[in-house]
Amino acid sequence: MKDKVDVLIIGSGASGAAVAWSLAETRMRILCLEQGDWMKQSDYPSNGRDYEARVFSDYATSPNIRQRPSDYPINDDNSPIKVVNFNAVGGSTVMYTAHYPRLHPSDFRVRTLDDVADDWPIDYATLEPFFAENDRMTGVSGLAGDPAYPSHEPPMPPLPLGNTGAKIAKTMNELGWHWWPSDSAIATTEYDGRAPCINLGHCTPACAQGAKASTDITYWPHAIRAGVELRTHCRVREIITGEDGMATGAVYYDADGVEKFQPAEVVIMACNGVGTPRLLLHSASGRFPNGLANSSGLVGKNLMFHPWAHVVGYVDEPMDGHRGPPLCLWSQEFYETDRSRGFVRGFNFQFNRTIGIGTEAVNAEAIGLVPWGEGHHDAFRGLVGHRMSVGICTEDLPEEHNRVTLDPVLKDCHGIPAPRIDYTIGANTDRMLDFALDGGREILAAAGARHVHTVRPVVYGGWHLLGTARMGNDPERSVVNSWGRSHDVKNLFIVDGSIFVTSGGVNPTSTIQALALYIADSIKQRLATLFD
Amino acid sequence: MNDQTLTQSQIADLRCLAGMIIPASAKHGVPGADDDVIFADIVNSIGRDRDHVLAALAKLQTLAGGAFGALDAARRSEVAARLRAEGGRPVSVLSRIILLCYYRDDRVMVSLGLEVRPPFPKGHVVEQGDWSLLDPVRNRSPFWRQVS
Repeated sequence: MKDKVDVLIIGSGASGAAVAWSLAETRMRILCLEQGDWMKQSDYPSNGRDYEARVFSDYATSPNIRQRPSDYPINDDNSPIKVVNFNAVGGSTVMYTAHYPRLHPSDFRVRTLDDVADDWPIDYATLEPFFAENDRMTGVSGLAGDPAYPSHEPPMPPLPLGNTGAKIAKTMNELGWHWWPSDSAIATTEYDGRAPCINLGHCTPACAQGAKASTDITYWPHAIRAGVELRTHCRVREIITGEDGMATGAVYYDADGVEKFQPAEVVIMACNGVGTPRLLLHSASGRFPNGLANSSGLVGKNLMFHPWAHVVGYVDEPMDGHRGPPLCLWSQEFYETDRSRGFVRGFNFQFNRTIGIGTEAVNAEAIGLVPWGEGHHDAFRGLVGHRMSVGICTEDLPEEHNRVTLDPVLKDCHGIPAPRIDYTIGANTDRMLDFALDGGREILAAAGARHVHTVRPVVYGGWHLLGTARMGNDPERSVVNSWGRSHDVKNLFIVDGSIFVTSGGVNPTSTIQALALYIADSIKQRLATLFD
Repeated sequence: MNDQTLTQSQIADLRCLAGMIIPASAKHGVPGADDDVIFADIVNSIGRDRDHVLAALAKLQTLAGGAFGALDAARRSEVAARLRAEGGRPVSVLSRIILLCYYRDDRVMVSLGLEVRPPFPKGHVVEQGDWSLLDPVRNRSPFWRQVS
């Protein structure tokens, strides 16, 4: 067992990177296994003239379309929302919009406040110092003083308003509705060796400038300098347990496809809300016949996505078009529960500004705004650069029938069963979408937009993979405890979005990383009694 | 992919269809999607979408009852309209390839007032904007839900 490590982290994305960096100060031997590779900024799409086309091929958001060697297939045929992710050092932070809101205090108390779902075993105040630490490590831009949130101070100034932001701001002011510059994980100044944003426009499928805070350029350089080992092209097949019921390590395939066993004292799962339950379910054994850490039967259940919708139109004024990061403002006007709306919980509006010119043509042609033949040019030139788009991110409540299981047929290139997704949009969320789309139409009407149309749901919108190994104090109703340790296997931790009890109605990455830092801190505080 | 993947008749049909979808415009001073340079880009960009493209071209031939390019103009328009209405995902994919190649052509980009370059490394300018617009929101009382 000379290769035994103290801590084995599986996955190098948002949470894996944060937990690795935080634990590094313990001087324990820490190893992270990542199925993908390091990405190169010089390979990112916005370096080339074909940058928009690559979103439909090697930088597609869906792993089923992208089909890189690092990807695994996902059977999401039985879901109106398809899983999107990225598999590389940095995980899906390589390919996110970097919209970086925190969950709100009320999100941790939905049972108490609204009599739905369950309260979290921790609260906003518990996470607050870790939110701040994560903002500092990530490099967050934004503006203090948002009345929709408890006070916090983003370390960099906000992204520019631009033409689009100004138009939205005026419209929202006319309506008397809240708006605020988004907290964004995008550097607006030189920060920790990263260059500031230069408004490439095409930054969701990876940022060639390095301004967007993917963890390969934020946490990982610090973690590696502190002694953490990151091993790429290593796909974990299963967690192994010993006779005492403790995890002994993981079996994985290395870059050459050779099966190996990595022994470890502690195993930390950081594979996201689909990858983690997949691996736990595939780690079934005689002692754990229903999958590892699954005595509650809840591993894979309660999958939450944040069903998305868009309201799109075209205004007379010139907008930012292909320039600038895609998101710049949010509105939390309808975030908190108001039962008179016909649903509980809420949503946030996210105002989108950027779309490439070719993508604009594709979208406009697809919905018939741009004809074939005569009239194409005049129609398109009347639209391009005038788009106003309201994104809607709704809270998804946990329902056990929404789940991740192992597909009985589909397998990845190593023969590991693919995850299967069974998911339907809940009735509360459906009513919320009705209301939110009406609100989006009202915004566009107030802006004087024409050709207003909606997208519901955004099919390739399953970015936020939450709830499939929830945290809680009751081992019969949760998978991990209030500090991320498995109820069943006392040296197994989960730090990714799987442990969310409820989803909130905002992008989760900030909260996922704050949770990972909190769990790392909990581990450090309990090192002498970690397995008690 | 290169034009070896398509038969000569498929290439002829595709070129004719591309020119119908986006014709040249003297008014805007731009070529059509059947222009030599743009069409070569289209053929070279089919790549992993080959199956959809072949399905779309097969549908086109079926609707045309033979070579699409051999039809008279009125009949071509009729067939193209049916293809767009009935072609499903294969035609959507084919349209996307044509549009993305067209709108990255130098001449087309210039006609739209765009610089002929990728986004990186030069980037773009986005104006700061008038932050005083935020004043009414700054003056709101905190409205996040208090949790005891």
